[in-house]
Amino acid sequence: MTSTTTAGTTTMTSTIASDGFTLDPADREAILEERAHYPYPQAASIEALKIVQKRHGHVPDGAIPAIAETLGIGVADVEGVATFYSLIFRQPVGRHVILICDSSSCFLTDYEELRDAFIAHLGIGMGQTTADGRFTLLPVCCLGACDRGPTILIGEDLHGPVVPDEIPRLLEGYS
Amino acid sequence: MSRILQPASERRAETHPLTWRLHDDQSPVLLDEYRRTQGYEAVTKALEQYTYETLTEEVKTANLRGRGGAGFSAGFKWSLTVKGEDKPRGYIVCNADEMEPGTFKDRLLMEQQPHLLIEGMILAGFANRSKQGYIFLRGEYHRAAASIQRALADARAEGWLGANVRDSGWDFDIALHTGAGRYICGEETALINSLEGKRANPRAKPPFPGQSGAWGLPTVVNNVETLCNVPGIVNNGADWFQALSGDLSSDGGTKLYGVSGKVENPGLWELPMGTTGNRILELAGGMRDGLTLKSWLPGGGSTGFLLPEHLELALDFDTIGKTGSRMGTGLLTVVADNQSMVSLTRNLEEFFARESCGWCTPCRDGLPWSVKLLRALEAGEGEPGDIELLEQMARDLGPGKTFCAHAPGAAMPLASAIHYFRDEFERGVTRPKGKAHADPIPVGSV
Repeated sequence: MTSTTTAGTTTMTSTIASDGFTLDPADREAILEERAHYPYPQAASIEALKIVQKRHGHVPDGAIPAIAETLGIGVADVEGVATFYSLIFRQPVGRHVILICDSSSCFLTDYEELRDAFIAHLGIGMGQTTADGRFTLLPVCCLGACDRGPTILIGEDLHGPVVPDEIPRLLEGYS
Repeated sequence: MSRILQPASERRAETHPLTWRLHDDQSPVLLDEYRRTQGYEAVTKALEQYTYETLTEEVKTANLRGRGGAGFSAGFKWSLTVKGEDKPRGYIVCNADEMEPGTFKDRLLMEQQPHLLIEGMILAGFANRSKQGYIFLRGEYHRAAASIQRALADARAEGWLGANVRDSGWDFDIALHTGAGRYICGEETALINSLEGKRANPRAKPPFPGQSGAWGLPTVVNNVETLCNVPGIVNNGADWFQALSGDLSSDGGTKLYGVSGKVENPGLWELPMGTTGNRILELAGGMRDGLTLKSWLPGGGSTGFLLPEHLELALDFDTIGKTGSRMGTGLLTVVADNQSMVSLTRNLEEFFARESCGWCTPCRDGLPWSVKLLRALEAGEGEPGDIELLEQMARDLGPGKTFCAHAPGAAMPLASAIHYFRDEFERGVTRPKGKAHADPIPVGSV
């Protein structure tokens, strides 16, 4: 990689290969737009990871140095953040990520039955992806809709209360 | 998605400052309607009649206590901020990282009435001489994010945000910052680290954020509901705010109370601060399916369990604090008589163990250890000494032993569950004293 100047920011020369990853120009623009919201570029790193993830479904290895270069920050800073936050996926996930709330209110409204029903219906465990690449199952912190427990989030859609019998019909909406 | 269960006809401006504008169909209150219903009048009044010092004093007098769970006086917090003509201008940050188990109040305010929050932030920014506000919103709140983004654009277009706010000569803007998971981001200093694009580990205090917060500048962090109370205080005065709770509580204002668990009508209500648990449970229609209440959490997973007899107490910070628990966020989680306290405590400690940021040892290593013991007790495979060990851990994870309040928060339901329901834990002790728990804790098991 070579050193370039973008939007007034001198970017660092990275010695870590991007593995052939190319940051989409639109994503690069979006990252630089986020960067303008903060006094220092590192603050945009989480949003940058989310921008890449929105396009690719997860954050490929090569995206880490590409983001670092775009923001002009260290590769380790981006990787450190990418591995800390639970909603940044560092390996491929399904087209639809099903987040099942496992916190106390949903626990008290029988989330464990719901979780087991999802596991049985999809034939995968928590943290796994169906063979057709359609769904990934993950647990999530309290979704803040405790009056509707048990709750799940599929993509950006909140559902609750969800009963096990509804699962097949519910998932029909996500191809 | 969460609902206020009082119909619009019962909510009035004088008595329900947080929710009186909300629609029964849950559609958001947009700028035009907000303006028609006293919206942004508090900003106009503040810019004309207050200095940053007198506005801080007004909120301090109102005794607005932090609705994020800690109950610290917002006005007092503001008075501790480094500010003045000769001081650098810093940041006002809204903690919208609502992730406390059992808490669903800030979501409602942000989805349905984002301008009230924005107005509260403008006032807080003015009182603290901030140059910029950030709303730190958890990443899973997609509808709230859309609602806030639209409201910010609308408010900016009318000059309530940006350079020279309403021709006052004062510059102030707000940006939305969305997170990417992790409960610990709700901790004040971890939130600041996350805002800076770092891992959300807490910071040592002092210095407190009011001296050195985001990017080393004075920073005030307030909860969504706290900030939403500020416009009413400015419009109607500290005395009005104090009077909202009548003689129910020494704390002023209303509170968004709620109930979740196996009740007939789970939901939210805006009620005077100091309303009793009995009244709130009555509004929720009591337990469903013929169940009986066994225990309850007054305000989230990091508060201590209480008994049915405690429902007669005023739900405010000081009264609940005297029981050894905390009011926390004031949203009740109810436990039915057929639900196991050991299993529920295991679930809570699994949550805290998973969400530990790993920064300090008691929390990182102690919480998974507690999960291991609780799983054994739940499976009926505990051994003598396990309960005492859990009690010791609850003490050693308590206040002052760790960097932040995460581990003390985890210790509270653990200690109180054993205190009130020891017999349930004792039923899990079936094995002779031995090496049943000698195996290491499997990586990734919590």
